[in-house]
Amino acid sequence: MTTPGRLPEPYGQASGANLADILERVLDKGVVIAGDIRINLLDIELLTVKLRLIVASVDKAKEMGIDWWESDPALSSRARRDELARENAELRERLARLEELEPGRAPKEAP
Amino acid sequence: MTGLRYVYAVCRPFGTPLQAELTGVAGAPAGLLHHHGLVAVVSTVPEADFGEEALKAHLEDLDWLAATARAHQGVVDALTTVTTPLPLRLATVFRDDSAVRVMIEAREDHFRALLDRLDGRVEWGVKVYAEEAADEPAGSAPAAPEKPASGRDYLRQRRARGQAKEETWQRAERFAHALHERLSARAEDFRLHPPQNSALSRESGLNVLNAAYLVPRAHSEEFVELVDHTKDEEPGFRVELTGPWAAYSFTGDTGNTAGTGDGAGVADAGEEVS
Repeated sequence: MTTPGRLPEPYGQASGANLADILERVLDKGVVIAGDIRINLLDIELLTVKLRLIVASVDKAKEMGIDWWESDPALSSRARRDELARENAELRERLARLEELEPGRAPKEAP
Repeated sequence: MTGLRYVYAVCRPFGTPLQAELTGVAGAPAGLLHHHGLVAVVSTVPEADFGEEALKAHLEDLDWLAATARAHQGVVDALTTVTTPLPLRLATVFRDDSAVRVMIEAREDHFRALLDRLDGRVEWGVKVYAEEAADEPAGSAPAAPEKPASGRDYLRQRRARGQAKEETWQRAERFAHALHERLSARAEDFRLHPPQNSALSRESGLNVLNAAYLVPRAHSEEFVELVDHTKDEEPGFRVELTGPWAAYSFTGDTGNTAGTGDGAGVADAGEEVS
């Protein structure tokens, strides 16, 4: 993606930047000044960016241990559901493991 | 004069003229508003699109948001070629020029302090992606082509997958931390951002480091080379550099290096593997 040897000049455009890079900066960073038109960008960012796109892969990311949105109140209910699902899967696995240890005692069940 | 004033950035007066055809959001040309020894870079936007209700609705439209974000960034980027701008957050809108002047007066000390600190510096974005981790969607890993014949096989496969994943994560964490240490030693400041989601970035692999480094222009070439050198160091990981950006990530009040808390941008290794 990156051109080797790219120099600081010219500063034509931040090359290699994808939409996420740009949104990350213009929505989350930069000097915050309450203008005359009051907009809560936090709401916006949650609804369009986080919710629409990030939730789509919440399961995979969560499995990987990336869970920064959990502190996000707007997303936490979704995150909590995921947590329950994960716990459920974990319990199933532990149960299966116990069954494996004592094959005679537990009724077999397809995983 | 109808319309509202959209402010992109604040900077010090600069000699070089702006690009003649520098268009900002809504296709309007960007202009300069000098006041109290500072310059606000502004353009006129229609109230029909940037009034409160309309703006809220527009911002929920990802296409509109993307176009506006790119236009905003385009103006800030053009400024970066001629000066050190303080980029404002997207959609900072005022009624008219006098409201912009009042804003400058209210914050001029803050602006000057920030401009002093950031003068001659740019931001470089560095991201690390773990390729293997992403090639392993749960349940359809190519490494386990056979359908488990029994519950026992299923568990064995699952465990093997879990272990491989954990190893990948430990390697990813080590690599990301080591790279970050090397880069931050060459930067004046850094910020660790939350990892990006691949659905939004459309990048393959899983983002395990998403950092921004504040580097003097004069040292940028070295910094870029340093990043380039690390690219092929570790198989299975992809290092991506973006920039130079205006110092978006360094306009907050916390001026110290530990500002955003260590580890915020480095994904923790999967702890769910019990």
